[in-house]
Amino acid sequence: MLQVSIYRYNPETDSEPSMQDFQVDTGGKDLMVLDVLELIKSQDTTVSYRRSCREGVCGSDGLNMNGKNGLACITPLSETVKGNKLVVRPLPGLPVIRDLVVDMSMFYAQYEKVQPYLINDTPAPAIERLQSPEDREKLDGLYECILCACCSTACPSFWWNPDRFIGPSGLLQAYRFLADSRDLATDERLSRLDDPFSVFRCHGIQNCINVCPKGLNPTRAIGHIRNMLLARAT
Amino acid sequence: MSGIRTISFDGVIVGGGGAGMRAALQLAQSGYKTAVISKVFPTRSHTVSAQGGITCAIASDDPNDDWRWHMYDTVKGSDYIGDQDAIEYMCSEGPQAVFELEHMGLPFSRTEEGRIYQRPFGGQSKNFGEGGQAARTCAAADRTGHALLHTLYQGNMKNNTVFFNEWYATDLVKNQDGAVVGVIAICMETGETVYVKSKATVFATGGAGRIYASTTNAHINTGDGVGMALRAGFPVQDIEMWQFHPTGIHGAGTLVTEGCRGEGGYLINKDGERFMERYAPNAKDLAGRDVVARSMVLEIIEGRGCGPEGDHVFLKLDHLGEEVLESRLPGICELSRTFAHADPVKEPIPVVPTCHYMMGGIPTNVHGQALTVDASGNDQIIPGLYACGEVACVSVHGANRLGGNSLLDLVVFGRASGLYIENALRDGIELRDASESDIEQGMARLDKLNSSTGGENVAELRKELQNTMQNHFGVFRNGEFMREGIKKLDDLRGRIDSANLSDKSMAYNTARIEALELHNLFEVAEATAITAEARNESRGAHAREDFQERDDENWLCHSMYYPADKRVGKRAVNFEPKTVDTFQPKIRTY
Amino acid sequence: MVRSVTSFGRSGVSDWLLQRVSGVILLAYFLCIGSALVGGVDYLSWRDMFEGTGMRVFTLLAILSLAAHAWIGMWAVSTDYMTERLMGKKGNVLRIAFQIACSLVIFVYVIWGVQILWG
Repeated sequence: MLQVSIYRYNPETDSEPSMQDFQVDTGGKDLMVLDVLELIKSQDTTVSYRRSCREGVCGSDGLNMNGKNGLACITPLSETVKGNKLVVRPLPGLPVIRDLVVDMSMFYAQYEKVQPYLINDTPAPAIERLQSPEDREKLDGLYECILCACCSTACPSFWWNPDRFIGPSGLLQAYRFLADSRDLATDERLSRLDDPFSVFRCHGIQNCINVCPKGLNPTRAIGHIRNMLLARAT
Repeated sequence: MSGIRTISFDGVIVGGGGAGMRAALQLAQSGYKTAVISKVFPTRSHTVSAQGGITCAIASDDPNDDWRWHMYDTVKGSDYIGDQDAIEYMCSEGPQAVFELEHMGLPFSRTEEGRIYQRPFGGQSKNFGEGGQAARTCAAADRTGHALLHTLYQGNMKNNTVFFNEWYATDLVKNQDGAVVGVIAICMETGETVYVKSKATVFATGGAGRIYASTTNAHINTGDGVGMALRAGFPVQDIEMWQFHPTGIHGAGTLVTEGCRGEGGYLINKDGERFMERYAPNAKDLAGRDVVARSMVLEIIEGRGCGPEGDHVFLKLDHLGEEVLESRLPGICELSRTFAHADPVKEPIPVVPTCHYMMGGIPTNVHGQALTVDASGNDQIIPGLYACGEVACVSVHGANRLGGNSLLDLVVFGRASGLYIENALRDGIELRDASESDIEQGMARLDKLNSSTGGENVAELRKELQNTMQNHFGVFRNGEFMREGIKKLDDLRGRIDSANLSDKSMAYNTARIEALELHNLFEVAEATAITAEARNESRGAHAREDFQERDDENWLCHSMYYPADKRVGKRAVNFEPKTVDTFQPKIRTY
Repeated sequence: MVRSVTSFGRSGVSDWLLQRVSGVILLAYFLCIGSALVGGVDYLSWRDMFEGTGMRVFTLLAILSLAAHAWIGMWAVSTDYMTERLMGKKGNVLRIAFQIACSLVIFVYVIWGVQILWG
């Protein structure tokens, strides 16, 4: 029997959050954490969490499992459970709506701030815009972000300034467009980032790299943005 | 009115996946007041899981490629019950729609010339089946759906589309004339129920793969659009046609793209034999999905399956080399390591045919307008209701969809719906307002659930439903066995109708949503079962042990399922493309 | 974008660059002093060392670097922890008070340093 402790909070009935313990029979299998949550939910239907694809590409089930952020659907128990105990909490640093469901609006607002769409006002050709494989390769490690918020909610700078520091996820996307040979708004993008908070609250703590379920490296992307800002300013 | 708030829009799109967001983008660009209702944040829609690519004759891999060849493949793939006018529209408009996506920023993989990379997929040919294997599937590595969905969300953001994220549409609202004038929707965060009034209601709610126990589909694919349409009394078409993808990871059900075989991977049985050479001597592993899936099941039934239970086969990729795998199929390597504990660089992936795609759905014309059929057999447009993407049945996939055609279907018909509604709004749409009782009718199911007491556990009922479908309506079907399945479903209906919702709280109550989803799953399952039992032939994905041949005399037609009396009818297939000659039905071999 | 009138250079890059440049200057200065100390130093040689204009200018540069470095650092600390988000309205009062106090202390240190060097 696996001991599972889950963060519970229902705004309608609870004045403050609490942890609730469950005993789960995993049948000796190395289940994913999401499977364990499904087993719990089939018994106690009031437990709330988000989930969708269950294969690590939609980014719904970012959770804090035994102290580390990750996607429940691709985190096997063997990876996270030490000593038969699993503690599941919502992603830290964001307001809790209910149980494991957090309000991600601040996270999304930061994403929107970086204008995460291609800007190129030149008339489009009749076919696609050409891009060399080398230029396309520059987007690898950037475009794969699934917006699960594991990185940004593991970042102390984002905890302190979620309204002003764009955070690792948003900055990774900012660089995805700065690095795209088809995008023509580099200067505009950079001038929107050149304040003391948006980029420069990154202190290189690197929690983001440590938790990214897709193995991406936001810190490196932030370094690239800083270098571009520096090159432009000096 | 009914004590609930009304929010009004020119166009409301239910579903924030590829089709919904493409339609929304078109409408938002036109300046009409547009909203998308999505039960998840849009980039979490199931389009995100599409891997291999979007099939389209953009003439990058082969400069002489022709959309007519793509059309031929699609008609053949559909086993001749795809509507040829719709397939013609999709294949000819496709390149424009794909280039638009590229211009929007979709990070396609590239060729040395800088053009979009295209890979071979199943069922593709050049020169109307005479010129060998084609490579027509435009790809962004093996994350094309992810790249496409994020690009569309970004495009909508740029055009200020209004999103109702984590809102769940429960039922249609019809006015006294039978026209659709919006939906009832719940805000999941607060639990508030509102009437979203609209001159055009577009269903882009995706598939319902969760009616099966083993599926590549996300948890959210619960057939909400089909459920709502059936409850409103509208028919669905070809709903018995379910695609089983040859390569779902054994045990987990997660998808392994056909692109693996496109890149040179192949299936082997326990003897290490490349068995598809026996079943499809020409196309081999790149035959139609229905053909490959059936071959795999036959291998397993005949005792040549792999593993201790002999219940799967292997997909071999290691001969492609680490470099190709990591650059062309990085997501697959990741999934295989996570869910199959197999590193494709070194060992084969255990795979088994897994429910993947609903070819049927709400019948529509090429403008996305939902259709029904009147007493004398003529198509009738349902005023106010549109559908696009997997929930719709235009029908471009007929009895079997080709790999890469679903993403094309999404963008082409999402766009077409948007374009049509834009024009219709400009000409003026006059629909009678919903009366209080119309709205109450739309609320009836929700009200009943909210005041329910007792009843069975939703998760257990869902499991029972899924197992019934899996066992009785799988890859191979048999009349007697299906009738048994239908009996089990009869028994389930009442129990599901009165399923238990003990938690009546408002804030983010996922139990309520899951109970509502279960109703939709059941509607889809029942329609599937009854129609599958009625179609006494084998065609495309519908393989009957008791009717093994295709029966063009009686069944070269769409099936129509009418929910009011659970009746199965027929509707003619379109054989009249506008610019090319009709492709006449032939024996389908690969 | 957020503008921060109390930040040093009012731009992220200039603050960041200044923080690094001042850091390097401080490092160089302390290495210089350190090497002098390692070689053994008495009052006379110490006084001689600071008689030269070069050393005085270098020291002034180090003091100014310290001032800038400290200000940027303390400003970052105050805007991380003393905010309305974390403390409510009183966070704003506390932050401004803290920033004024820091700037006064730094100002005093700079004046004091100049006095010592040329007084």
